[in-house]
Amino acid sequence: MLNVSGLHTEYRGADGKPVKAAQDVSFEVPRGMLFTLLGPSGCGKTTTLRSIAGLERPTAGTVTADGRVLFSSEQGIFIAPNQRNFGMVFQSYAIWPHMNVFQNVAFPLQVRRDRPGKRVIDDKVMRVLAAVQLDHLAARDATALSGGQQQRLALARALVMEPQLLLLDEPLSNLDAKLREAMRFELKRLQRELKLTTIYVTHDQSEALALSHEIAVMNEGRVVQVGSPREIYERPRNRFVADFVGTTNFLDGAVLSAKGGNGCCRVSTPVGMLEVQCDDTPDKDTAIVVSVRPEDVELSEQPPDPAGGYNVCMGTVTAKAFLGEYLDFQVKVGDHTLLARAHPSLRTPVGDPIHIRMKADKCIAIRN
Amino acid sequence: MNAAVLHAPALQRPRLRFDAKWLVIAGCVVFVAWLALVPLGFLLWQSFLTPEAAGNAARFTLSNYLEAYSSLETLRPLFNSLVFAVGASALAFTIGAFFAWINERTNTPFKALFFALSVIPLIIPGILFTVSWILLGSPKIGIVNTILQRLFDTDIVFVNIYSMTGMIWVDGLHYSPMAFLLMTAALRSMDPSLEESALMSGASVPQVAWRITLKLAWPAVLASLLILFVRAIESFEVPALLGLPVGIEVYTSAIYQAIHRYPSQVGLASAYAVTLLVISSLGIAFQSRLSRQTGRFSTVTGKGYRPRAIDLGRWRYLTAALFIAYLGVVVVLPFLVLLWSSLQRYFAAPSLEALSHLSFNAYRTVLSQDNFGTVVWNSLVLALGSATIIMLVTSVIAWIVIRTRLPGRQILDNLASLPLVFPGLVLGLAIMVCYLALPIGVYGTLWIMLIAYVTRFMPYGIRTNATSMLQIHKELEESAAMSGASWLMTFRRIVLPLLKPGLIAGWIYIVIVSIRELSSSILLYSPGTEVVSVVIWEMWQNGQYVELSALGVMLIGALFVFVLLAQWAGRRFGVAEA
Repeated sequence: MLNVSGLHTEYRGADGKPVKAAQDVSFEVPRGMLFTLLGPSGCGKTTTLRSIAGLERPTAGTVTADGRVLFSSEQGIFIAPNQRNFGMVFQSYAIWPHMNVFQNVAFPLQVRRDRPGKRVIDDKVMRVLAAVQLDHLAARDATALSGGQQQRLALARALVMEPQLLLLDEPLSNLDAKLREAMRFELKRLQRELKLTTIYVTHDQSEALALSHEIAVMNEGRVVQVGSPREIYERPRNRFVADFVGTTNFLDGAVLSAKGGNGCCRVSTPVGMLEVQCDDTPDKDTAIVVSVRPEDVELSEQPPDPAGGYNVCMGTVTAKAFLGEYLDFQVKVGDHTLLARAHPSLRTPVGDPIHIRMKADKCIAIRN
Repeated sequence: MNAAVLHAPALQRPRLRFDAKWLVIAGCVVFVAWLALVPLGFLLWQSFLTPEAAGNAARFTLSNYLEAYSSLETLRPLFNSLVFAVGASALAFTIGAFFAWINERTNTPFKALFFALSVIPLIIPGILFTVSWILLGSPKIGIVNTILQRLFDTDIVFVNIYSMTGMIWVDGLHYSPMAFLLMTAALRSMDPSLEESALMSGASVPQVAWRITLKLAWPAVLASLLILFVRAIESFEVPALLGLPVGIEVYTSAIYQAIHRYPSQVGLASAYAVTLLVISSLGIAFQSRLSRQTGRFSTVTGKGYRPRAIDLGRWRYLTAALFIAYLGVVVVLPFLVLLWSSLQRYFAAPSLEALSHLSFNAYRTVLSQDNFGTVVWNSLVLALGSATIIMLVTSVIAWIVIRTRLPGRQILDNLASLPLVFPGLVLGLAIMVCYLALPIGVYGTLWIMLIAYVTRFMPYGIRTNATSMLQIHKELEESAAMSGASWLMTFRRIVLPLLKPGLIAGWIYIVIVSIRELSSSILLYSPGTEVVSVVIWEMWQNGQYVELSALGVMLIGALFVFVLLAQWAGRRFGVAEA
């Protein structure tokens, strides 16, 4: 549906020097999907979104939606944002304070060239307001709404124009934690029901994992990995992705041998020799990093079954933190400290030895 | 909601059309550049020309500058201007800063009321304020002198307002409310905990005020002094009415004299005007550099401290009394003098005898003047017209400056603010010279006055609009664009409504200063295009003191009602305090 390729966008920073915000950004969003741009602040995700919206003018690349060229540096095409028919929810919601709820939603219909009749506008506005459960507040001053209601109002305003594409710029970041979680489900339900192609920008990895069909992780202006939430979390392709999405242990190591089959290879690390998951077959002695999620570091006081497909070793508990739903352990293995996440029922005291077991296909080899 | 509804085929509108946006933007840019630059060019050009006489075309010369600066005699206006401006700004600042400190930092009773009242003096036009002080302090007819002479049965002149001291007194007093507002703002932006810690260190109240408050507010003090200085050097009414009769010439009055000589010496006036322009430009440039640097001195912490009022003990009744006395001298006394004078047939100091001659004759005379209706109409059209034009045009300019990344947008900002350095009389002269030379038929019409007013007050418009524009989140406009609104639609339906509080406040202010405007109008009016302030000036020249007073009382009353209405409308329609 949406195709972005070779997109470069620059803007002038406070010092007047050009800042390269998006560099060679390319991706394809299939119809009906929720596609997320995920990355830390300053990674260029908002700039990319604004370039798709037409609010920024890229310096190079092409943007097409349903075959219609919206921007092309080669052909010299730039369609103004108000001609694109994309709905957008801004981080600040951008609710117009001088209009009430109804007027805010009616605005996109009132300003289009083929302005529908008053009855049609009333009808459409009330239907969208009902979909976001704001119909009972139609006559209320927009500024008198709570944060969550403003967020839904902004969404209604973006939906009423029946957009080709919905753009969401960190729509949940201004809400408190509880409300954020509720709205996350709400957004997901609406998007799945309407099957509306959506681009979602966030720096919150759990939001991205929970909502998306597909995620593009961005860093320093570039897309570093595109994949489903599971792929991004379980098969990070580089150190940045593994570190940014979730928590992880990094173990520097060198390849001993490629064992062949299932993409397994042996790697020597500070915690001993490990069998790890490799995407390709690296040469012997290649320096790599192994990433293991804390929840995949299994702890037990009894020695585990020496079954195949597992790496086992011994360590000493050096610190632990009780976090309610789980318990974080710091376990020293040799000179290296591993972070492990365990069930709160594990009560090994600090200073005691402990057995460690890591499934081989959960230990991911990442090229440096 | 029905998914099918949302997936109705999107409207394809791919063709690029010529955008009305650029037409509006270009129009506003040309408008501002023309107003700010063209008269300035003509003024410079004129200052190098000989007087044009019958059969004698103007030619290039340096003699205007030579005449203006060749001898000690002709340097006198420079000396007088500096003495006057330094004296008046120092007096205004001392009074204003003292009362600002009292109001912001002490527990003087009725502070809030005083603050509200301190704005009133600004609606009394300079010419009326000056005239009322002449009626009080003139050696021959002044009320102070006549009453004291009657009391002591002598001929001694107690006060003489026709002197440099008199000029400084009247002008400094008239602009002390401006100093008060400037210093109040400075004190409010200061973190009072800095003063409290000095107090805790054992310093006395005067020590804190002198060694901490004043030192911390130093950039603001200097900036305020510069603003007041530039304003005083531009002052026309006071030097013209008080200085000229006794031969004390400053630049503004020298310009006026040069034009009204026969044959009129526009070139010499332009040479004086260029000098005046240089002085005021230096002042403004220095002041804006100072304000930009204040970041270093920034004392705003954003913490929610409310200044703890310093307890003055019994002295607080004295400070309250001083404030009342000040308001009496600045507002009540001048107004009562005008009111008294307006109820006489011939001007006389208050006495039992004069009391028996009270009449509304002067009001009748003023109202039955042939051109009274025309004059009021002219003033209204100019004030409302210029305020509306300025606020709309500068809203577009402010948008360009703040929202776009167009190259040269800062220059546009500076252009719109440039008229700030034009003293009113210089602007009047420049516009006169300009439209005398350009044969487009505006000279001698109301249009030329409208051009002058719009140029002169444009800086107020750009400042107000730029400040409010900064407070509008840019996403509010972007979301309108995403909703499919064109630029014009967004500007009309989103930007202007959101600017409304600032627009209305700026509009009200420009209406008031336009009605008071004299120094540009005095060079530009012709028979039929007189405005109220010009008529007051003419009445003064003709010695029609009582008629002048009647007109003045009506004008102040009208302005007062206008301000009240504006404040009421502001509250009614949710406009922030002007």
